[in-house]
Amino acid sequence: MAASFKQNPPTDLLKGRTVSFLFSEPSTRTRSSFEMAAKRLGADTLSFSASGSSLAKGETLLDTFLNLQAVGVTHFVVRHERSGALEDLAPLLKASVINAGDGAHEHPTQALLDLLTLRERWGSFKGKKIVILGDIRHSRVARSNLFALKKLGTKVVFCGPTPLCPDDFKALGAAIERDIEKALKGADAVNVLRLQLERMEQGFVPSLADYALGYQLTPARAELMKPEAVVLHPGPINRGVELASEVADGPRSVILEQVANGVLARMAVLALCEQGRSLA
Amino acid sequence: MPDRLIVANGLLIDPAVRIEAVRDVLIEDGKISAVAAGLSRKSALKGAPVIDAKGKWVIPGLVDMHVHLREPGREGDETIATGAKAAARGGVTTVLAMANTEPVSDSPSQLAFLRAKARTDAAITVLFAGAVTIGQKGEQLTEFAKLRAAGAAALSDDGRPVMNAGLLRRALEYAKDLGLLVIDHCEDLNLSNGSCVHDGPEALRKGLKGAPWAAETVHVVRDIALAELTGARLHIAHVSAAASVEAIKAAKKNGVQISAEASPHHFALNDKEIPGYDSNWKMNPPLRGAEDRLALLAGLADGTIDAIATDHAPHGCAAKALDMDFAPFGVIGLETSLAVALTDLFHKKILTRRKLIERLSSGPAALLGLKNKGTLAPGADADLVVVDPDAAWTPAAPFFSKSRNTPFVGRRLKGRALTTLCAGRVVHAL
Repeated sequence: MAASFKQNPPTDLLKGRTVSFLFSEPSTRTRSSFEMAAKRLGADTLSFSASGSSLAKGETLLDTFLNLQAVGVTHFVVRHERSGALEDLAPLLKASVINAGDGAHEHPTQALLDLLTLRERWGSFKGKKIVILGDIRHSRVARSNLFALKKLGTKVVFCGPTPLCPDDFKALGAAIERDIEKALKGADAVNVLRLQLERMEQGFVPSLADYALGYQLTPARAELMKPEAVVLHPGPINRGVELASEVADGPRSVILEQVANGVLARMAVLALCEQGRSLA
Repeated sequence: MPDRLIVANGLLIDPAVRIEAVRDVLIEDGKISAVAAGLSRKSALKGAPVIDAKGKWVIPGLVDMHVHLREPGREGDETIATGAKAAARGGVTTVLAMANTEPVSDSPSQLAFLRAKARTDAAITVLFAGAVTIGQKGEQLTEFAKLRAAGAAALSDDGRPVMNAGLLRRALEYAKDLGLLVIDHCEDLNLSNGSCVHDGPEALRKGLKGAPWAAETVHVVRDIALAELTGARLHIAHVSAAASVEAIKAAKKNGVQISAEASPHHFALNDKEIPGYDSNWKMNPPLRGAEDRLALLAGLADGTIDAIATDHAPHGCAAKALDMDFAPFGVIGLETSLAVALTDLFHKKILTRRKLIERLSSGPAALLGLKNKGTLAPGADADLVVVDPDAAWTPAAPFFSKSRNTPFVGRRLKGRALTTLCAGRVVHAL
């Protein structure tokens, strides 16, 4: 559906609907692209910030949602710092609840836009190999990518230092390779994850420089992949930490394609939710 | 024509290749090139210098994985140069210098500086540990990948324990990825707090504050759990308590990647022998009770303890002249370790000579991943000691070490190094 939107953008699928954005964590790409998606589909949008609301006064998340639903919200797009924050809420609401990233759990629409970007390059997912590189432990992007890509028959290799990429991920279906050169060899794509600066203070890595020595995607390392292999990054990039600028801006990079595809993928998600509502 | 030397007619003891027989050893350009009987009579080798070791042992050079060389910061107590000379005198050809220098060896630049210094100042192989945490403060990990690139042979905060278990967990995971060995000084500082001797009847009699055996064992048990959790290799420094030996033995049986060392003073002496308030008998962990010492002997015999390491800790006379409470911890050991091990382990029939050499040389070499050390097989570095196992002598100052703080002064010992070769060069001859 997202791919077809690229050719024939719909205009009024969500006319008369109201999409509300509740982001308790900062976001540039996800929020703006959801907002753009909603507007392209003709929906009204309602912004909402946790700090200026009753949530700050101690109201439960459910009460806040029930009230906004009473106001007329039909779609909630939610980013929450707590893993699993939406699992219990969604069944209690008539409105659609769309996960825009919850803690270190999942970021489903990011996975969908990654899939769209990869499909445009790969054609088919079967038999391909992707390396997800870096801070897997704290990454909702890594988890959503893993589950989606495994379903489509792609081999997913996690690569990072043990504190950020524990062996137990094997139980979730990922292969683990500590040696970045071995991991990248013959890969069809690499998805580079952001190393958050606070991971150093938390003792997960000794320093950003030490991390970069072992796990930065440098031009030389990127060349170990197949010639046509691509580089993804969910953003925001720490240039010179997990990703060398030459690679971020180089010919393999599809990072801005990802962002553009984000609007299409999110339009598709909103449209599918609307279809679901109409059937109900 | 290669640079040749033959060590002839000695009883070669090389546990790594299971040889215990009279053999000649041919050294060419610093490496062992052949081991066989009657090499010195071959016409092709005529004219090569010969060291006659008839009636003596020929063993691989000792590997002491725990020494303090005080450089930089306390060059008045020891330097890389004097520590290396002391080592050569004791038959030690490889040492691992700990990181608790001033400043602490926690940066790649200091590691690089020390390695360059060792190349010019030391005739033996001096390896360096990098610190686990910055400044050994136990707060933030050092840059392990950079330290490895700069040549760190292991990681240790020795002198201090890594008290924060969460931090040690991360350290073990990171070190495992890089293939580096972490060595922990096991001491719960809240239990040992302010003590100078072993907590037991002797401490009570003398009115001194003691550290209980449990100060070590609770930390050892914690470390075993973390080694099991992470699957990383962890080495326990200077084990002193019977309960620690027991815990390590059980952990090894369960497949945990743990190893351990014991110091000559701990396996040869106990706290009852301390003369009065002589601070040359003060070290950390302290000399413990008679039963603890016996447990160390059993651990050395059954392989629970992999290595003998001196914890060579030089301190000047002025510092050691302080009261037992205030004097610094530590004793020197490089010049006496082989002799004490021969006296108290071999002659007293605790260890066979083969096991003795395993604990002194091939064992620690394996722990540090030194493939060309700890053996005299062809291709190995020509680090070799000619030993008279029966020579009687009594350690006395002056020592080759800059310091003289050792409880073994005046003790009759049996056995010593006659000639020490490192990379085929004579670095000590009695």
